[in-house]
Amino acid sequence: MASPIVEAHGLTKRFGKVEALAGLDLVAHSGQVVAVLGPNGAGKTTFVRTIATLVRPDGGSLRVDGIDVARQPERVRRTIGLAGQYAAVEAAMTGRENLDMVARLFGHDRRTSRANSDAILEQLGLTEAADRLVRTYSGGMRRRLDLGASLVGAPRLLLLDEPTTGLDPRSRMDLWDAIRRLVANGTDVLLTTQYLDEADQLASQVVIIDHGRVIAEGTPSELKSRAGRDVIDVHAHRADDLGALRDALAPLGTASPRLDPATRRVTVPVVGGRRTINDAVRALDLLGVDVDDIALRRPTLDEVFLVLTGAPIEAPPDDGDVPDRHAAAVPAGAA
Amino acid sequence: MTVTTLDPPASTLRPAIAPAPAPAGPLTTAWSVALRTVRKFRRTPQLVLIGTIQGAMFLLIFRYVFGGAISPGPVPYVDFLVPGFVVTSVLFAGTGTAAGVAEDVEHGFFDRLRSLPVSRGALLAGRTLADTGVLAWGLAVTTAIGFAIGFSIHGSVAMALFAFGLCVVYGFAVTWLFVWIGLVAGNAQAAQGMSLLVFPLTFVSSAYVPVDSMPGWMQPIAENQPITAMTNAVRALALGDPALAGLSGTAAHWVVLSLLWSAGLVLVFAPLAVARYRRS
Repeated sequence: MASPIVEAHGLTKRFGKVEALAGLDLVAHSGQVVAVLGPNGAGKTTFVRTIATLVRPDGGSLRVDGIDVARQPERVRRTIGLAGQYAAVEAAMTGRENLDMVARLFGHDRRTSRANSDAILEQLGLTEAADRLVRTYSGGMRRRLDLGASLVGAPRLLLLDEPTTGLDPRSRMDLWDAIRRLVANGTDVLLTTQYLDEADQLASQVVIIDHGRVIAEGTPSELKSRAGRDVIDVHAHRADDLGALRDALAPLGTASPRLDPATRRVTVPVVGGRRTINDAVRALDLLGVDVDDIALRRPTLDEVFLVLTGAPIEAPPDDGDVPDRHAAAVPAGAA
Repeated sequence: MTVTTLDPPASTLRPAIAPAPAPAGPLTTAWSVALRTVRKFRRTPQLVLIGTIQGAMFLLIFRYVFGGAISPGPVPYVDFLVPGFVVTSVLFAGTGTAAGVAEDVEHGFFDRLRSLPVSRGALLAGRTLADTGVLAWGLAVTTAIGFAIGFSIHGSVAMALFAFGLCVVYGFAVTWLFVWIGLVAGNAQAAQGMSLLVFPLTFVSSAYVPVDSMPGWMQPIAENQPITAMTNAVRALALGDPALAGLSGTAAHWVVLSLLWSAGLVLVFAPLAVARYRRS
């Protein structure tokens, strides 16, 4: 049987007082997108940097495609491509020059480098901008070029650290699309994200980490089931009725209902599925309150995360996951 | 009739070609990243212009503001000053190196390079060599401005060219120091701040004023530091006669001493910088 593309056991890494990885275990098999999901400072970036041989773990073992990262970092570097949180491209060079530089470093001669760059630029829709300086590119174009640079070495495993952080929705979708096409072609992808919809959209294996440890793992739908319940959403006609709705629905739920006055919604986690919705409809009927909509649905990953960690995922700042990255990049003592 | 569509031929995104048989060797690696540094310098007019203007400004201030109050001995102050100024401009330029390196750390550019299967030492050596090249250009400009404000060499042209070559060698040595500062600082502002700590060294030296004009307790410090050795070497060569430069010791003495200092700087800071760059 083929080696897992990533196999980590008891991985630890400490930066000063911060325990970035606290015994992380993860086995990811080839042929899929793995999303590592977690809040700021959970250890996502450190994990990716460890796989990319940029951080040496303090303890535990890590293999990439069967290659021991500690023993043969150079071979690992031939296997992976890395696109970090910042578009690591030179603004004073053209898109083509950036890709050429990386191709030359991978050992291609001038002609092959050029052919390679042309093909990547075309696939990423950057042909027209190929000979413009990168400083004239938009944020989304830079990210796509950065993704291109990580493809130059024809990696078996592509590491994407928060690939869409700070991008506008349109650029995000473009990048998602590019990632999907990569995967369709058989490149394995491991990405980190704070966006639950991103994990849901792209990944077939989701790994939730918090405080440097894996706290849950599975397909998006397995994770949703593991949270152990469905969710009933009730949309009130009048905001005044929300309190009464909550009281009526509370006996049906496994946890107390949540109110969202802004959308006039009451959400309650339940176990009984279809039977419970009948109960809910009956309860609302008895109450005699006007309801616009009632629905039984699976919980979002946001709600799953809330259940598993007891805390919601905070919204990331627009300019990216700064604290997490710096915990990794800044030397011990400062972190 | 066939219909031609404008859709892209491939619906999947993939690396276009097979991997190369082997990654780049150290020379190609150093050359590739050096090319990037040089391009960045050439295509960022602010860098070129600001460096030149700053250099010219300080040279003019020393020449015309302080110069009148300083009498270094047998030669006019401008002849005394320019060799020292060219040597210290190596340190001014170093600030830019440190900031640039720190920026590459901060914005993940080094992460990309370090994730590639090439020698990390070669990556850093390429960077240092390119920065030395950029520095050499700056030194040439500074020297030209020196000539424009009245500097003249008193020895042979060959000796003057040798002096210039020495400055480039110092530049290479000092650049390792600043590369290390940039790597340790981690962001451009901290790098600039740390670089400023080197500046007292330029003043407590023979670069701008004769050391014997300083208080007695300061003289041993000023006499025994690299800027003084480098300045004295360049000055002795440019002025053709160490006595003209107010120096004890032959030109050869100062040249050897300054080269020893340079070698020392490289031996200390190149391994420190490479270790820091490799380290994780």
